[in-house]
Amino acid sequence: MMGSVIFTNLPALLVVVPLLLAPISALFTFAGLGWAIAIVGTGASFIFALLLQSVTENGARISYHLGNWEPPWGIEFVVDSASSLTLVVMSGLGFLATLAARQLVKNEIAEKDIGKFYAAWLLVSGGLFGLVMTADAFNLFVFLEISALASVILIGMGAGTDRRALIAGYHYLVIGAVGATFYVIGVGFIYAMTGSLNMVDIANRIPDASGSAAIYVGFGFMVAGILVKAAIFPVHIWLPAAYSYAPSAVSTLLASIATKAALYVLARILFTVFSGMPEVVTIALSNVIVPLAVGGVFVGTIMAIYEADVKKLFAHSSVAQIGYIALGLGLGTPASVSAAFIHIGNHALIKGGIFMAIGGFVAALGARASLDSLIGIGRRLPLTATAFVICGLSLAGLPLTAGFISKLYLVRAILETESYVILSLVLISSALSVVYLWKIMEVMWMQPAPARLPKLVENPAIYLPIWIVALGNIWFGIDANWLVSASQMAAQILFDLSSGGGA
Amino acid sequence: MMSLQIAMLIGLLAPLMVAVLTPFLAVRHVWRDAAGPVGGVITFIAAVEVALAVLDGETPRLFVAQIAEGLAIEFAVTPLGAIFGLVASGLWILAALYSVGYMRGNHEKHQTRFAAFYAVAVHAAMAVAWSGNLLVLFIFYEILTFSTYPLVTHKESAVARNAGRLYMSILVGTSVILLLPAVVWVWFNTGTLDFRPGGYLEGQIDPTMVPILLGLFAFGVGKAALMPIHRWLPAAMVAPTPVSALLHAVAVVKAGVFTILTVVVYVFGIDFLAKTGASQWLIWLTAFTILASSVVAISKDDIKARLAYSTISQLSYIVLGAALASQMAVQGAALHIVMHAAGKITLFFCAGAIYVQAHLTKVSDLDGQGREMPWVFAAFFVGALSIIGIPPLGGSWSKFMLMVGAADAGYIAILVVLGLSSLLNVFYLLEPLSRAFFREKIKSVEVKRHPLVVIPPVMTALISVALFFYNETFLDLAILASGGR
Amino acid sequence: MIEQLADSWNYVIVIILMMTGLFIVIARANLIKKLIGLSIFQTSVFLFYISLGKVAGGTAPILDGNPGTLYSNPLPHVLILTAIVVGVATTALGLALILRINEAFGSIEEDEIIAAKLNQSLARPKRPIDEASE
Repeated sequence: MMGSVIFTNLPALLVVVPLLLAPISALFTFAGLGWAIAIVGTGASFIFALLLQSVTENGARISYHLGNWEPPWGIEFVVDSASSLTLVVMSGLGFLATLAARQLVKNEIAEKDIGKFYAAWLLVSGGLFGLVMTADAFNLFVFLEISALASVILIGMGAGTDRRALIAGYHYLVIGAVGATFYVIGVGFIYAMTGSLNMVDIANRIPDASGSAAIYVGFGFMVAGILVKAAIFPVHIWLPAAYSYAPSAVSTLLASIATKAALYVLARILFTVFSGMPEVVTIALSNVIVPLAVGGVFVGTIMAIYEADVKKLFAHSSVAQIGYIALGLGLGTPASVSAAFIHIGNHALIKGGIFMAIGGFVAALGARASLDSLIGIGRRLPLTATAFVICGLSLAGLPLTAGFISKLYLVRAILETESYVILSLVLISSALSVVYLWKIMEVMWMQPAPARLPKLVENPAIYLPIWIVALGNIWFGIDANWLVSASQMAAQILFDLSSGGGA
Repeated sequence: MMSLQIAMLIGLLAPLMVAVLTPFLAVRHVWRDAAGPVGGVITFIAAVEVALAVLDGETPRLFVAQIAEGLAIEFAVTPLGAIFGLVASGLWILAALYSVGYMRGNHEKHQTRFAAFYAVAVHAAMAVAWSGNLLVLFIFYEILTFSTYPLVTHKESAVARNAGRLYMSILVGTSVILLLPAVVWVWFNTGTLDFRPGGYLEGQIDPTMVPILLGLFAFGVGKAALMPIHRWLPAAMVAPTPVSALLHAVAVVKAGVFTILTVVVYVFGIDFLAKTGASQWLIWLTAFTILASSVVAISKDDIKARLAYSTISQLSYIVLGAALASQMAVQGAALHIVMHAAGKITLFFCAGAIYVQAHLTKVSDLDGQGREMPWVFAAFFVGALSIIGIPPLGGSWSKFMLMVGAADAGYIAILVVLGLSSLLNVFYLLEPLSRAFFREKIKSVEVKRHPLVVIPPVMTALISVALFFYNETFLDLAILASGGR
Repeated sequence: MIEQLADSWNYVIVIILMMTGLFIVIARANLIKKLIGLSIFQTSVFLFYISLGKVAGGTAPILDGNPGTLYSNPLPHVLILTAIVVGVATTALGLALILRINEAFGSIEEDEIIAAKLNQSLARPKRPIDEASE
């Protein structure tokens, strides 16, 4: 009985559990307890997400009516192959990031703030899960803001070691709020024209209202708002500073899950909400999303090549990687969208591991990770550094790592669309990404460490989570069956819905 | 069949085991140093076992994992793969012995890291040789690049790091930008990445695209060092000589030409290629590379740099054989993998031996040193003759077959190119010898005896001689590879 | 044209407020002014929703039992209640951050903060940096 109650309410629990645990965590100042609560919250959501995924992986669709109000009037949570895959990736990485956070925050955040830190941490997670599941366009805005405000708090907490974190947080707050408000404006237009807020319902009603400029304006505003949240070039400017000055643990969490949720929302808006006007969406994809994605890939890569601060370097690299995902979405074929989903999963693994490892370096060194401070770190912290190398090679797309699978499917998807210019640009940038990666590898391993450095001790509580992620990178590079088929299913579901099969 | 799979497992895993165990064996340097040669012998026995099965017409297979639909990690030994596997593992035994002598004699640092990555590179080379499809080939091609990086930058000096950058940027750059899309293109157009005798691109791809696809492969495989993407090879000479000898004369570069040859034979199909004439441009490019790099070699005073350019030239022989796309030419190319390997590794061993024993690196410093190191120079002489292609040395066979192949395919001009190249070979390979024996000594150096660096070149020189008389195994495999039987 | 604008004067005001707010956010270097701009920008959206919900001639949406009564649409109003809460939270968090920025940099002018960042970019970390690695 109890089990079935939990089971039928899984979608709600996935959001409610982290959100309810957050204030409990905030009440305590005892560090260990806050962390334990966060582990329970993120661990439970990971289990919930896995359960949901196992139910929906064959294309089933769970529609959950909050408060038993029937959609389109009430708020609906939808879990299908696409959202459940995203949820598994996000909650899994969120859980691992929480595991690592215990030691990573020790030197960066004051003991008395740790309860509140984990409160914000849980708010971010819960908000992002809600963001992915909700099928209500306005409710989406609420989750967007819950997670954004909590992220700003987390980023600002980096001020304990570097005051620039405050500025980064402030900028993210303002830019994010403008983006979210754009989104709300768009929703207003769409609501005015269709009289509905439910995504599928909107999709069904748009053909009646199409031709009206208000719909197009609404579409533009909604997409623009989400582009900001997903940090797609050129509205990515908040991201590098936010990732690099946030506490290490927060960088891990944000890099692996935050933008992924926004990218998923982008896919949903493009392919579900506006499936009723495919011509306009196609124009937007090929004339806006694809050029911006390719621009992001290049800008991110080139900025990373010239960056000396390691965290910022990988933040720029994230901009580039987000560009690859956006490119997959922008090409708009089933193959390319599934490639985007594959990379959503793999990039979460890659960047999660990389930022965790950087956190490990920072914790051991007690200094910012820069190309200077990391000289010879390979021999001083061999376990952490080796895991870092694995994730780094995965980022570069070395075969037998997860990153290679992403690259393989993305290249194939681009070849399928016969856009050879894009293909060559993507390949060139992918080769360039080896340049910034190798800059770090060289410093870490191929430069003798300065003499008379104090011995560093490796903490298993730090390197074990990193190694789990690193081995995940290898595992998903060798056995990608699950991820590939789940992603193909996800893309198929998105397109089925867009061809009117849903609701 | 079962025992064959075990042999394949051993051949693939023995080098990897050596790599994994090396850090643990490092407590006793003797143990660590013995691991390489012992691993080499085990791998070689496995390679022989596998090659014999291939000669019997079997295709030994080993399935490892299914990455995703249509993408399998599977090993399947083609006749070409059997040849390359034999060469890589057999020469590894001697190279491992040699590198012990070299590293000790030079008092190099980080010998454990060196030994470990050396074995990883051999593992990757074996996996390339026995790869069952293009994906596996690509995977281990890349791993070979990454695993040799620490070897190239071994000295950790600024020069070594710069060379390492050039090495990585050319090899990784070409493979990512050109080779990867070529592989995906084949996958996308045909739905498979397997190697099949006779190839399978015919009818699957727009004929006008064939030259482009071939170009993607030819330039994507940077390890084949076609001009103008050859610069990494001379740069890699900054590595310790055992690396140059085994990897940059045998394993790495041969993995490159092996890839091209395999793709031409088992993916394009030589008949298809000959019919479309898609490889014509490649024939002239290889001809240019053969001559140009020989000329550059003459101008190099550094022994290893000279040998590097000689390697570039010889690699183009093999690519030429592939591009000619006639049975005889492919056989010659396959055989040249063996013959050039034996000859060139001898030359590199000698260069390293001269460096370890007398600390000489320049051709102009060799004046009059012949009598100081008679065995080394004798081996150098034999190796040089084999590269030039003079009977009774192994190199003469492959060169002869390439010439016949060129004539078969109707490219008379290529005969001239090959002849000219032999003349240039004579010039730049025999010059060091004439200096060593017929000139007055200008530098008196103290020669320290290190037998471990002298025995291997003498052995490989003997192998070069033996390969002239006893080469049926390789010849049969080459004929099988070209679809001749 | 003029008539059309006059007919939809409420939307004209919304657009004017929206542009004003956005301009302030982008053009002002003072962090508090930026936040004020953001609030104006958000408020314009609130007005936009509220005027969307107004039905010409409709009364407040309170059931009076008379089937002939014309009501305004209550949903946008409810939505905007939520949005106002979000807006307040954003402003509060922004102000809190500005306070901390003022403590850390001694200024809330963006150009001065950037100058300060360049001068001395790192605050002391809590744990002393190993001497040798400095």
